[in-house]
Amino acid sequence: MLTRSIGEISMTVLTSNTIEIRSGDDVVRVRQEVRSRAVESGFSLVDQTKIVTAASEIARNTLDYGEGGTLLIERLEEVGRRGVRLTFEDQGPGISDIERALTDGYTSGGGLGLGLGGAKRLANEFHIQSQPGKGTRVTIIRWK
Amino acid sequence: MPNNDKSLADLLATHEHEILQEWQGLLKASGALQTGRIKESELATQCRNFISQLRGALRPDGSLDKSSDGYASLKSMLGEVSRSRAIQGFTPSETASFVFSLKQPLFNAIDKGTRAADAKASYIWQTSLLVDELGLYTIEAYAKTREDIIARQTREIAELSTPVVKLWEGVLALPVIGTLDSERTQTVMENLLQSIVEQSAEIAIIDITGVPTVDTLTAQHLLKTVAAARLMGADCIISGIRPQIAQTMVHLGVELNVVSKANLADAFALALHRLKKAIVSVKQAPSGRQSRYVSPEDRGV
Ligand SMILES: Nc1ncnc2c1ncn2[C@@H]1O[C@H](COP(=O)(O)OP(=O)(O)O)[C@@H](O)[C@H]1O
Ligand SMILES: [Mg+2]
Repeated sequence: MLTRSIGEISMTVLTSNTIEIRSGDDVVRVRQEVRSRAVESGFSLVDQTKIVTAASEIARNTLDYGEGGTLLIERLEEVGRRGVRLTFEDQGPGISDIERALTDGYTSGGGLGLGLGGAKRLANEFHIQSQPGKGTRVTIIRWK
Repeated sequence: MPNNDKSLADLLATHEHEILQEWQGLLKASGALQTGRIKESELATQCRNFISQLRGALRPDGSLDKSSDGYASLKSMLGEVSRSRAIQGFTPSETASFVFSLKQPLFNAIDKGTRAADAKASYIWQTSLLVDELGLYTIEAYAKTREDIIARQTREIAELSTPVVKLWEGVLALPVIGTLDSERTQTVMENLLQSIVEQSAEIAIIDITGVPTVDTLTAQHLLKTVAAARLMGADCIISGIRPQIAQTMVHLGVELNVVSKANLADAFALALHRLKKAIVSVKQAPSGRQSRYVSPEDRGV
């Protein structure tokens, strides 16, 4: 267990596990694992569905655009609330224009172009870091 | 190799009876027969065949001759043993212990039947190598069978869970159960389109009550299916979008632009309405209230 103090807020990581994302089956597993962690954190059905759907979007991007990568799932606890943090990492081509990638309807691969923006709206916190040629990291948190 | 000692193959032949007795005893003690998945006589036959094939696969110095017919039939026999055990539900270690538990009896036979210490050590080493190799081969064959089983089941599930049901003349329903990942969606789409053509359907209801997550990829697959159905002359209704899924789709920004109903019953009612049919209650039915389909023509409408 890791307790970190940022100012007055102290956040505890209750559990963490990592999943490899290398195939379509792994995306299914990501959804199942994220759902289990959300249930363990006491999420309502709506909150479960939101974080599972956001996870599905980012996992699919990690696989399709990021050439595969990993997901770190953490169950968090803070004074008075619980949450789930998902960190997706890949060493793929990266995103040169994050603003554009986040724009609804933008896709470079024949999708609907709603994944990144949708995931951002489904999460309480959303961070994306990307370096062309190095890879991409997306972190989302959903609190109960 | 000292000449006054027998070859390993001869040693196996001389001590075959003891080896078999001890081997079967060990297999029994380790619970090989307990679950009743395999009969004692069946196990005895497998052991006997194994030893006789093994004899045929050995070089005089006790190593395995991989180019021999004996080796080929030994492997095919082991493959068959592993396959049948995988299908019968044995665990990998239960399956591999069929071969590994032969080590002890072989060592004992070598100990008894060889005099020179260097021959003894050499035979024991050779035997250890060959049992390990055959044991590993067993595990590989086991894993291969399990993979085949899983692949077959995956294909079966993909087909089984996408049945197209005829609800009425011109009305089809497709109850989708499970995830709409790319490979399966293809099957779903093709089944539906084919049925639309075969039955000249006018309305197709896609029920997604059994779909746990609708992400943008699933939504895109649904949209494509609806568009293709339209080209075949059928209108789609989507039913069974549960409240939490509806909320999530709004956040994603996905619009299906297709008529949707809360459940399959409502979707069916709408379909009948569109086809100008109605379900009415029949009075004076023999046993209580009953519904019967009456076409507008029958009712003189
Ligand atoms: N991990 C990633 N690596 C590289 N590019 C990415 C990654 N994730 C997203 N992108 C880029 O962002 C675009 C928008 O993603 P998204 O909103 O999920 O839409 P879609 O998946 O439908 O294309 C993608 O088309 C792709 O160009
Ligand atoms: Mg996407």
